[in-house]
Amino acid sequence: MKTVSLTIDGKAIKAPEGQKVLWAALDNGIYIPNLCAIRKASEPYAGCRLCFVEIEGRNGPVTSCTEPVAEGMVVNTQGPRSRRLARTALELLLASHPVDCAHCAKNRSCELQKLCSLLGVKLNTRRFRKLVHNLPIDSSCPNFTYNPNKCVLCSRCVWTCRERYGVGVLGFAHRGFDRVVTTFEDKPIAESGCRVCDECIEVCPVGALVFKDGRKGTPGCAEVKSKTATS
Amino acid sequence: MPDTSTEPPVSNAKIVNTPEEQEDNRRRTRKVLKKFNRKRENLVPVLQQVQDELGYLPREAMLEVAEYLKVPEVDVYGVVTFYNQFRLKPPGKHSIRVCLGTACHMKGGYILLDAWKRRLGVDRGETTADREYDLDTVACVGCCAMAPVNVIDKKAEGRVSPTRVDGILLAFKMEKEKKAKEKPD
Repeated sequence: MKTVSLTIDGKAIKAPEGQKVLWAALDNGIYIPNLCAIRKASEPYAGCRLCFVEIEGRNGPVTSCTEPVAEGMVVNTQGPRSRRLARTALELLLASHPVDCAHCAKNRSCELQKLCSLLGVKLNTRRFRKLVHNLPIDSSCPNFTYNPNKCVLCSRCVWTCRERYGVGVLGFAHRGFDRVVTTFEDKPIAESGCRVCDECIEVCPVGALVFKDGRKGTPGCAEVKSKTATS
Repeated sequence: MPDTSTEPPVSNAKIVNTPEEQEDNRRRTRKVLKKFNRKRENLVPVLQQVQDELGYLPREAMLEVAEYLKVPEVDVYGVVTFYNQFRLKPPGKHSIRVCLGTACHMKGGYILLDAWKRRLGVDRGETTADREYDLDTVACVGCCAMAPVNVIDKKAEGRVSPTRVDGILLAFKMEKEKKAKEKPD
């Protein structure tokens, strides 16, 4: 496979042609904030707006999950403009997230917490008015609960559900603030043909999908799994 | 003259299609589907034509469409709930549209919406169980000088008040009774 050389944060990197900047950086130990990225997905979802980077010669920051690497590209992952965009995106996510970490099963393994400490954002952000959903919690499945109020709409579970069985149980519905990961006609998950494969709980970055027995999913597992699959 | 203000809401009951109605809906959906090939990009046009045929998109129609186009059922549901043009509830005999555009909003459109909700016992986007009325909101109907506006069966009513809501309902009811008397069947 053809490789191209580029520079990310001053580090010279070789990456296969066509690979996205995000994965090139992550493979070389440079972390770029992300929530929705899935390595195996054919099209990046590009919904979380956290992976902004600055590329020399570009007018504005670009999302690194959609940007293919190019020969001689110079990428700065810590640029003030890209970091500001990422920080705002994270604050907006937190503005509609019930921050009750002490009682959350994902406490300390939550990717929102990780991103907050990395980007220097407080969990209880004051910049935006707090506006949380008040949707019922779905505990219809025997081994996990789904709390849509904590969901950050990263689409990882939707993608996984689909990838695993071809026909997905989970999907997006409704619009705007009401947008939610749900099932056909908002039925409980257990009544919608879920085969309880647990894959969606494994990939959930926050406390929206959690095991009932307190078992922790593997954080960043979507990435880990795909790595073993491709190598 | 009967007093409508103390009457209970028509009904909160959910509209359920009988098996015969469901079969009929499925048959008519399949008829529409025949005109399309099984491509995912046909989803929106298919749903539009099915809605033209049935007046709304019942559960059984969405399931037929999902199966035909080989898309997950939840994706059909997602598209239907995303676009305002699709409705999940059958249209009523009379359509009631409450304008919540800027002018109507300022002049108390929400109060009227609440009045309708109370009287009909349904939320916006829903239909009463007897399928007489369907209630929904619109963003602006272009006659802001008459605010607050309600569009009743395509006729714009200006400067509506909650009392007028009762009046409109009473008129419909009397009309219905008159018809029933003329044609007792």
